[in-house]
Amino acid sequence: MKPLRNGLKWSFWPGLAAIFMIAGAYAAYVRITQGLGGATNLSDQFPWGLWIGFDILCGVGLAAGGFTLAAAVHIFNIERYKPILRPAILTAFLGYLLVILALMFDLGLPYRIWHPLVMWNPHSVMFEVGWCVTLYTSVLALEFVPIVFEQFRWTKALNVMRAVLIPLVILGVILSTLHQSSLGSLYLIVPQKLYPLWYTPLLPVMFFVSALCAGLAMTIFESWQSSKAFGKHLELPLLSSMGRVLAVVLSVYLTLRFLDLVNRDVLRLLAVRRTETYLFLLEIALFLVPMVLLFRKTVHTHPLALYGCAVMVLFGFVANRLNVSVTGMEAASGTAYFPKWTEVAVTLAIVALGFSIFRFACKHLPIFGPQPVVERIRSRAPVIVEGD
Amino acid sequence: MAKAILYDSTMCIGCRLCEKACSEHHDLPYNDEIAKEEKLSAHKLTAVTTHGDKFMRRFCMNCVSPTCASVCPVAALKKTALGPVTYDSTRCIGCRYCMLACPYQVPTYQWNSRLPVVKKCDMCADRVAAGSPTACAEACPTGATKFGERDELISEARQRLSAASPGQYFPKIYGLEEVGGTSMLLLAAVPFEELGVKVSLPHEPMPMLTWRALSEIPSIVSVFGILLGGVWWISHRKEEVAAAERATPEKKS
Repeated sequence: MKPLRNGLKWSFWPGLAAIFMIAGAYAAYVRITQGLGGATNLSDQFPWGLWIGFDILCGVGLAAGGFTLAAAVHIFNIERYKPILRPAILTAFLGYLLVILALMFDLGLPYRIWHPLVMWNPHSVMFEVGWCVTLYTSVLALEFVPIVFEQFRWTKALNVMRAVLIPLVILGVILSTLHQSSLGSLYLIVPQKLYPLWYTPLLPVMFFVSALCAGLAMTIFESWQSSKAFGKHLELPLLSSMGRVLAVVLSVYLTLRFLDLVNRDVLRLLAVRRTETYLFLLEIALFLVPMVLLFRKTVHTHPLALYGCAVMVLFGFVANRLNVSVTGMEAASGTAYFPKWTEVAVTLAIVALGFSIFRFACKHLPIFGPQPVVERIRSRAPVIVEGD
Repeated sequence: MAKAILYDSTMCIGCRLCEKACSEHHDLPYNDEIAKEEKLSAHKLTAVTTHGDKFMRRFCMNCVSPTCASVCPVAALKKTALGPVTYDSTRCIGCRYCMLACPYQVPTYQWNSRLPVVKKCDMCADRVAAGSPTACAEACPTGATKFGERDELISEARQRLSAASPGQYFPKIYGLEEVGGTSMLLLAAVPFEELGVKVSLPHEPMPMLTWRALSEIPSIVSVFGILLGGVWWISHRKEEVAAAERATPEKKS
């Protein structure tokens, strides 16, 4: 607990994080001793719940800032995004590690998590998901280790990493694209179970584009949080430009959603008074309102307003994933599912763990702020560094 | 050739001997309490359901193109040439995607076990491989559950329908086309939805739904790879030019 206490300044947050983690540890004990039946409200009719819907689907989506910024900085060569690339990579790496941790809770036989790597079924989306998680986590680890090397001034190792950086980033972008979309593809198999406001053959595309929104929103969110927590200078012009990009991607996403509903002729479902309709409207509003706001200059140049919009998008994203995985599936399942307290406890503990490790890493590794001199000198591509 | 079961609910008397035989063959407990449970579970792989004075059987449909086998990431579920869809518990990781994906909500889970596995009717794959009928068909005293070649059973079902007196049968063989066809063929006196059978399923095999997305992967990988590599080459070319211009200061404005 020592690093945790050092990492958090106020006493409220570490206290809350500690409570979540203690509750989560007990829930983990229940999960191990009593199985999924004792630890969850899952059933034969409702086999996937909060752990898949939030911990996995949202966890992966919120990590999307990593590949988005890696592509922007290293592939599209947009230098000015460089200061927020590292926090985004850290978020993505942490996000994926926590997704794997959550999988260990959700899988019935977690010690066989490696089976898809040797027992193949290329016809399975889950097989693709398994490979994407494995490969992209490895790529993220490789994108992350240079930060550690830099801290310890291992210049030789740094140079090796720099030589393979571009192919690695390209591989990471491809794997992320596949992974984000394949999480949507998982639900292509349930046309008769998922409510028509969410089921569409375009699910993989929807998941990919909304993940881009979540990744951008997450980057704005964590930059704002970090600037508060560490007293760093907020890169406002930078975040403003990201806010504008977010507004555009949100418009693309909402247009896609709207056209899809029209093409499938299900817009009339919005007139039906049922829970699904309200949850759908909530989800759309949480994207639409920040989109409209972010187009205004007074909003995307105002730190607090920008932050508020990012938070709304994050909530909208979580609402979408939970709608697809839980609420949109309830009616057809013939049963009612609401997560047990142990499911919530594990989820909150994982979130708390994520925040704690993020703060710890920011304290002890060169995540924010100017790049140390060593990188400028040892860089193999000096033209890039001098480019500005 | 592929085997199948023809279950004619008009001949079923609800004696539940099929349930008992099934549990015995699969080493599962069976008693009066379990007999009353009219739903599938990890300890009940087939269930007779009561609908007024009529009965219906629930079991794994052992689809011709099984959704469960296509979604299983470790190929624990497999379609055999003889018809049964088998499950290899030693491969299973417990992701439960088969349960989510199955259009009939058939696979069940040992929720209260520390090392749970999936449970479902496997059409007595071991008996069928040895040339015997399934345990349920053998136990059925009225012939309501009949085991045989799928083609022959379809012909027989058609004969029963055409020879029937008015009102004896609802004119449909269930399982002929549903999700691409099933090994379990059903006949009934009333529309199938009245007996709790899912009727709105597509006739196209379900695995096609995900395969259409999965088959795009090679294209995405190659197009994205070339595109990203190309963008990198272009975006850094600008800087090479800029560096070259800096190197010759006299050209700079």
